[in-house]
Amino acid sequence: MNLLKRWWKPRELEPSTAPVARERLQVLLSHERGATGQSNLLSLIKEDVLAAIKRHISIPSEAVHVKVERRKAISTMRISLDLPK
Amino acid sequence: MSKVIVVTSGKGGVGKTTTTAALGSALAMHGKSVVVVDFDVGLRNLDLIMGAERRVVYDLINVTQNQAKLHQALIRDKRLENLWLLPASQTRDKDSLNEKGLGRLMKELKAQFDFIICDSPAGIERGAILAMRHADEAVIVTNPEVSSVRDSDRIIGLLDSKTEKAEKGGKVEKHLLITRYDQSRAGRGDMLKIDDVLEILLVPLLGVIPESEQVLRASNIGQPVTLANPMSAPARAYSDAARRLLGEAVAMNVPHERYNLISRIFGGRAA
Repeated sequence: MNLLKRWWKPRELEPSTAPVARERLQVLLSHERGATGQSNLLSLIKEDVLAAIKRHISIPSEAVHVKVERRKAISTMRISLDLPK
Repeated sequence: MSKVIVVTSGKGGVGKTTTTAALGSALAMHGKSVVVVDFDVGLRNLDLIMGAERRVVYDLINVTQNQAKLHQALIRDKRLENLWLLPASQTRDKDSLNEKGLGRLMKELKAQFDFIICDSPAGIERGAILAMRHADEAVIVTNPEVSSVRDSDRIIGLLDSKTEKAEKGGKVEKHLLITRYDQSRAGRGDMLKIDDVLEILLVPLLGVIPESEQVLRASNIGQPVTLANPMSAPARAYSDAARRLLGEAVAMNVPHERYNLISRIFGGRAA
């Protein structure tokens, strides 16, 4: 019984790691693209959105999230803001 | 119209040389005249993967420095008569490659071949830049793994800035080739999915090469995987990718091994 448990346990309890990799890469590369002067649509849009919002509310640059999601037929871009309380 | 294609990645060990050999031979099988050029000066390996290591007399450096004629350095493939190899030098270092001589050589190659496939060294230094310098198109080889994806992103930036095309205001056409992909691990959420990588790098997909023991088997015997075992999953994936490079619309799927009687009997012994 114990043996069986040991055999089953790891896979069931281990959470999937790929979403973490994806998230880390997205954050990292948006920074690196800026640093190496690479043209990057996402960071450009992010800056524009930030500038527009800042005219009305004061928010830090980390408060703007731009994400592109690819689907079969269309891709969507999601822009979200963390607003101060 | 001849085309210069650089096979590049930034990170080492992701499959640039395997890809160069496999795509080169697949294009040659489609009747194109192809030369595969090893740019990894000092660490040449394309000759070994192509099974021509004992036939190297002159190399890329000799030709760019006018110590040998191009036809003396070119090695004709023993299996495909329209496939040629231009090996790198093993004894010189990367600085012996000069830009002027390379420009002359590329012009000469373009006059002779339909496809010039440049196998880039790893890294983002001079050798890698020179390999992409004259490219019309780029195949970016990426493993579904964080460090490889990050390095590919760096290489994409260089393709957009350091190539002749980019400097003239044009654009190198980029293709993403995902190698060593394991569908079951991606399905379990333990490997980046194809869509994840595409979403991050934003480069159109040329193909997906599944992780396969056939790649090592082919390199052991000095044959491009597309020739060593044409029915194997990686060979079919490379062959599909080559057809896409030729402009054919081929449905995108990840081939898997077929275990039927015929492949059991002939698999690995073909070609």
